[in-house]
Amino acid sequence: MNIVVCVKQVPDTATERKLRSDDNTLDRDAADGVVNELDEYAVEEALKLKEAHGGEVTVLTMGPGRATETIRKALAMGADKAVHLSDDALHGSDALSTSYAMAQVLKKIGFDLVILGSESTDARTGMLAAMLAERLGTPQLTLANKVEVEGGAITVQRLADYGYDRVQATLPAVVSVVEKINEPRYPSFKGIMAAKKKPVETLAIADAAIDAEQVGLGAAWSEVVDFAAAPPRTAGTIVKDEGDGGEKAADFLASKKFI
Amino acid sequence: MSDILVLVEHAEGEVKKVTLELLTLARSLGTPAAVWAGPGITAEAKARLAEYGAEKIYVAGSADIVDHVVAPKAELLAQLVAGKSAAAVLVAATAEGKEVAGRLAVKTDSGVITDAVGLSEGFVADQSIFGGGVNVHSRVRKGTPIIAVRPNSTAPVPAAGAGAEEEVAVELSDVAKAARVVERVKQEKGARPELTEAAIVVSGGRGVGSAENFSVIEGLADALGAAVGASRAATDAGWYPHQFQVGQTGKTVSPQLYIAAGISGAIQHRAGMQTAKTIVAINKDPEAPIFELADYGVVGDLHQVVPQLTEEIDKRK
Ligand SMILES: Cc1cc2nc3c(=O)[nH]c(=O)nc-3n(C[C@H](O)[C@H](O)[C@H](O)COP(=O)(O)OP(=O)(O)OC[C@H]3O[C@@H](n4cnc5c(N)ncnc54)[C@H](O)[C@@H]3O)c2cc1C
Ligand SMILES: Cc1cc2nc3c(=O)[nH]c(=O)nc-3n(C[C@H](O)[C@H](O)[C@H](O)COP(=O)(O)OP(=O)(O)OC[C@H]3O[C@@H](n4cnc5c(N)ncnc54)[C@H](O)[C@@H]3O)c2cc1C
Repeated sequence: MNIVVCVKQVPDTATERKLRSDDNTLDRDAADGVVNELDEYAVEEALKLKEAHGGEVTVLTMGPGRATETIRKALAMGADKAVHLSDDALHGSDALSTSYAMAQVLKKIGFDLVILGSESTDARTGMLAAMLAERLGTPQLTLANKVEVEGGAITVQRLADYGYDRVQATLPAVVSVVEKINEPRYPSFKGIMAAKKKPVETLAIADAAIDAEQVGLGAAWSEVVDFAAAPPRTAGTIVKDEGDGGEKAADFLASKKFI
Repeated sequence: MSDILVLVEHAEGEVKKVTLELLTLARSLGTPAAVWAGPGITAEAKARLAEYGAEKIYVAGSADIVDHVVAPKAELLAQLVAGKSAAAVLVAATAEGKEVAGRLAVKTDSGVITDAVGLSEGFVADQSIFGGGVNVHSRVRKGTPIIAVRPNSTAPVPAAGAGAEEEVAVELSDVAKAARVVERVKQEKGARPELTEAAIVVSGGRGVGSAENFSVIEGLADALGAAVGASRAATDAGWYPHQFQVGQTGKTVSPQLYIAAGISGAIQHRAGMQTAKTIVAINKDPEAPIFELADYGVVGDLHQVVPQLTEEIDKRK
């Protein structure tokens, strides 16, 4: 089975994240770049499926040059190779452009299964998998906490408000995973060493037949008009429970008219 | 004024509160037209949509729409966007609502904005990003604006609309029927308000200690008429069902009041509750990061503090 895992580099949530004042886009230099957490679960699921069914796991990342760190991490976990879509023309792409560019690459490299995280920690739009399914004309099996493949059939448990749905389709398909699905492995020392030798193919937009008019800040279908730092929360009142903590909390709730 | 399509969120024939909020928002920007996808619309549901300003109610009652994942709803909306020359489409910013918005954006070649917490003239959206650290105004530049609005972004206000019903037949493509729901597993919901819609949420974390002890959290929630939430530590331990998880990979809530008991306040948890108006934390560790967010915090054992708080609330009612 030919599995492609989409992995995004995002600013570390533990550092302060900013937008750039010149063009209102994410300031990628202000914070350390890390693998989007959920994408490690996506990689893990791909590796498990490969272990069970054979095949190959390819990492796909769209992002600037430094996103190679993210690729290495996924390769160190055990993925076989990577495709890095990197081109200055992609800077500032919105979700429509991003999904278009990634779909073009996926069409070029081919796949039986595409696995994504269900959401990134920076933009958090949660739309990429659905958009890719739409663009590729393949079944959408998203928000999965369980994936089973048998022959050409795939079944997932899709989380829902009321519990979950069992959803079935035939391959090729697009899957997104939630963190309940597995426990991502840590790269071993051997894995880290091996990752350095694994092939990483870097593509510019022209290499994947991506139309420059459809990507980047200028092409974006949506735009940030302006932004401002949120006013800091005023420090709250913290009391120590001296046997009357519940009563004091009740006083606070009453003062705010909740009771 | 042109139609603003509002995709109705419904369960068991009932309209969810977020839809009433969306209709309220739509009224300030155009003519609200509710879109009901799937079978099971009731007279009460129609009355409710009209009460909150729906001038039209488009009903696509085919079971095929809900028996396949997301794509049919996007096809239905795309058909209405084209046929009714809609000015904008509003959906609830739930995990599924955002997926519908994403597919619809591709289909109609339109810009999409997710997680709006407000909407004004010209469909300029307010977004609160990076865990509430930055406030953004954003806008769609091309196509029909598609906006996913977070529950609890505005108070629903009734203002009667005509509620004229129109049946819509959708010819679903084969692609839209590619991912089929073969089983729907409903886990019990109980009588409490729904998590994302509740005005008050009481959440428990690892500090609660066991599934049985969650009755302490439920007791406080019931005294306040609140929904119950849980941290990932609590859902992973099997103490509370996963659909009650609050956070980055769980539900995003923005209630008037959020009470966190025995929750440390990890970044992934904060991502789901940081926009709550008032935050109260109960934790035995004075260094717990949740206190950085709290408007009011009690350092203490939740097994003492929470029952006492519940009792006080009952007394003062
Ligand atoms: C704060 C903020 C808000 C934004 N709001 C909007 C908005 O409202 N509308 C809009 O159109 N755009 C928006 N954008 C732009 C959006 O971030 C980009 O288009 C982004 O590349 C895709 O969105 P996402 O990260 O939210 O994807 P999600 O759908 O949240 O990510 C899901 C998965 O997609 C995969 N993935 C996502 N991006 C990549 C990538 N570059 N390479 C490889 N895999 C990837 C990963 O597997 C990831 O887990 C916003 C950006 C920021 C920083
Ligand atoms: C990809 C990914 C996604 C995630 N998504 C989510 C998510 O959606 N939601 C989420 O919540 N987490 C999520 N997490 C997990 C998150 O990082 C934390 O591990 C989790 O939130 C911790 O839960 P907790 O606060 O209940 O437990 P802990 O961090 O263990 O905190 C327990 C707290 O309870 C206090 N305590 C203990 N006993 C008592 C007592 N008797 N009385 C009072 N206080 C007491 C302790 O002092 C401590 O502060 C995610 C993690 C990853 C990697």
